Amino acid sequence: MIVRILNEGQWRLSDDAVRALNSFDDAVEQAVAAGDQDRLTSALHTLLDRIRTTGTPVPDEELEDSDLILPAGDSTLEEVQQLLSESEEGLIPGVTAP
Amino acid sequence: MTGIFQRISMIFRAKTDKALDKLEDPRQTLDYSYQRQLELLQKVRRGVADVATSRKRIELQANQLNTQADKLTNQAQKALEVGREDLAREALTRRSGLQQQLSDLQVQHAQLQGEEEKLTRASQRLQAKVDAFRTKKETIKATYSAAEAQTRINEAFSGISEEMGDVGLAIQRAEDKTAQMQARAGAIDELLASGALDDPTGTAKDDITLELEQLASTSDVENELARMKAAIGAGPSAAPQAIEGQQAPAQAQPPTQAAQPPGLDAQPPQEYQAPPSQGQEAPPAQPQGDLR
Repeated sequence: MIVRILNEGQWRLSDDAVRALNSFDDAVEQAVAAGDQDRLTSALHTLLDRIRTTGTPVPDEELEDSDLILPAGDSTLEEVQQLLSESEEGLIPGVTAP
Repeated sequence: MTGIFQRISMIFRAKTDKALDKLEDPRQTLDYSYQRQLELLQKVRRGVADVATSRKRIELQANQLNTQADKLTNQAQKALEVGREDLAREALTRRSGLQQQLSDLQVQHAQLQGEEEKLTRASQRLQAKVDAFRTKKETIKATYSAAEAQTRINEAFSGISEEMGDVGLAIQRAEDKTAQMQARAGAIDELLASGALDDPTGTAKDDITLELEQLASTSDVENELARMKAAIGAGPSAAPQAIEGQQAPAQAQPPTQAAQPPGLDAQPPQEYQAPPSQGQEAPPAQPQGDLR
């Protein structure tokens, strides 16, 4: 599975490693819902560090789309919220999840 | 509701799908996309240059602030040497204000540097992907029929689109940051222009410098006078008298000046340049008189 960290690049991860990401997904979502920048930053940092250490970088010259896209480590709450509001827009025309 | 990461992933996919749907002939898609990639690549490179310019501007300002802070330290030192604690205090107060600005600038500088590195990396990554896309595009165009090409185009297209979406966000982010920095840099430029900081041309002098110069020139005059008096006292009486006659106006002026409180700035700085230069011309005449 390929994961993209925005502003950083793509990593190839094993399925096990991907499963472990779920808890971080929750942590990030809760931090965003609570409007807690510190929690968001720390959750993202832990998560991204794990991806960088467990995954292998996809070479620059490889053209592949990612299965999952993650915000950059230094994202602000507003940036993440903006990403999500765009995704709401994207959801309205009935684009289905893969 | 799906997870936050899934939702973010979906925006990118939705955007790619939308772009693909617009185009009917798959081969057109390839060329059109390639054009857009090249445009984006240019935009990233411009972005890198803009961030670098902002960074350099901040470096320049930090240098100016540093110079100014050093100067204020020297001024404080000089003021203390002549017993003006009030002036020294003023100089140090201004310096602490500058140091605040300076540490802000250092934070901004680090941020910009980080942004520049990320954007440079993004530019390299995009360049590699664009190259890969071009190769694929040519292969697809040469080898496959329009129908067969469609799937392969979609593959190549979605891969590059995602990269373009990512880089697009990165540029936007860098632009926002650069704009913020420029606003702050503008504020510091205004501060520099208002004369609160040193004038880079060196023409205008701040009030502390003026006052210190006044104090310094007063004591220079005193020293010069003392030196001349000593020379006259030591030399033969005939020759110095003639010189003394010439020197009279210059000598008459300084004592009254020395009597004035240093705060009075009735004498413009040029006045102080004059006595030393006269004094420099005079001494050669004097020693000659002494030698005879």
